[in-house]
Amino acid sequence: MTAGIDLGHPQAQAIQSDEDVVRVRQLVRTVAVAARLSLVDQTKLVTAASELARNTLVYGGGGVAEVTTVDNGRRRGIRIVFADDGPGIVDLDLALTDGYTTGGGLGLGLSGARRLVDEFDIVTGSGQGTRITVIKWSR
Amino acid sequence: MALSAEENGRLTGLLSEHAERVVQRWTEVATASLRGRLSQAELRRQVQDLHRSMVEAGRGGSFDLESESAGELRAVLAELSRGRARQGFTATETAVSVYGLKDVLLELLESDADTALRDYVAFSSLVDQMGLFTFESFVRTREGLIADQAEQLLELSTPVVKIWEGVVAVPLVGTLDSARAQVVMERLLQTLVDTSSPYAIIDITGVPAVDTQVAQHILKTVVAARLMGADCIISGIRPQIAQTIVALGIEFGDIATKASLADALRHVLRLTGAETARRQPRRES
Repeated sequence: MTAGIDLGHPQAQAIQSDEDVVRVRQLVRTVAVAARLSLVDQTKLVTAASELARNTLVYGGGGVAEVTTVDNGRRRGIRIVFADDGPGIVDLDLALTDGYTTGGGLGLGLSGARRLVDEFDIVTGSGQGTRITVIKWSR
Repeated sequence: MALSAEENGRLTGLLSEHAERVVQRWTEVATASLRGRLSQAELRRQVQDLHRSMVEAGRGGSFDLESESAGELRAVLAELSRGRARQGFTATETAVSVYGLKDVLLELLESDADTALRDYVAFSSLVDQMGLFTFESFVRTREGLIADQAEQLLELSTPVVKIWEGVVAVPLVGTLDSARAQVVMERLLQTLVDTSSPYAIIDITGVPAVDTQVAQHILKTVVAARLMGADCIISGIRPQIAQTIVALGIEFGDIATKASLADALRHVLRLTGAETARRQPRRES
């Protein structure tokens, strides 16, 4: 995935409760507005952040989200990293299948979030925690 | 009160020379005041951070919290205060962790006769200043928490309103978490019974983002209303929400959705209008 140059320091938000998921959403929205993403892209990114933050909380047992404004020379974007030290995802392909859930949700969070962003990278394994990096570029 | 360069140097020397002892005693004093509500390891880490940033500030030329060299110290104190406020400690319990340094310094200075008292008085006021700064940050965070809670309370008010004969509407505003979704569902179902309305409009104009959890809550509410014989229409689907829902892959199935509340009401009136029109001749005869 293309990294781009960081503009400014990452803003971190711990994810330990439902309220923190709301805080992640608000933080992402603030940064997305500042980076001048269109309303549609803002909404998509905020929604993806909401899904991934909730996954971090529910399946990862809590973690942290880091939001950074990045620049790849042509466009600005927002990079969000969700990291937890939870049990990790054993079967990633299965977890990314639409409608598959172990938690009673719709099973669209992870796969849907991937469709909502421009770049999606996931590092995980059984017992290794999960680290998801997403980027949304401005148009 | 600012420290003179000489005092500054002595304090820095004292702190770095007796680093281990200062951290150890300071942690002990702080632990005693918190009566075990924070683990010693955690406290020790905080005290170490404080000690380290104080030495840095001293080496940088000034302990004064307004000065540039104390930037790190300010950050550590603010972080400590934020943490304590979130964990539910009182302002005093928070400040005492900082004031604990005084006791430690007094112990160190007692062995050093000459300038001891003067130094202690000077150092003491410095520590007071740090404590006050801590206090201030603590209160600011508290105020922030209160403001957040007030906002959440505002979000909690979810009225179910009757907007036409046989039509109730739920304008959802803000975040729809599980607890709130439950309240909304209960109120809607109760209002459907109370007003014996066959139609309900769930308006999501005020919901900033519809993710899978929000969608699931709405779907469950619709299914529950259907079980009671009421039809639900979801309105307030703005362009950006529609695109997000499509990308997420959420399907609303055969549930009627409209862009605005007005569209939804028109839709319902058309349905009910047809019914009343059919009934009218019967009533006349």
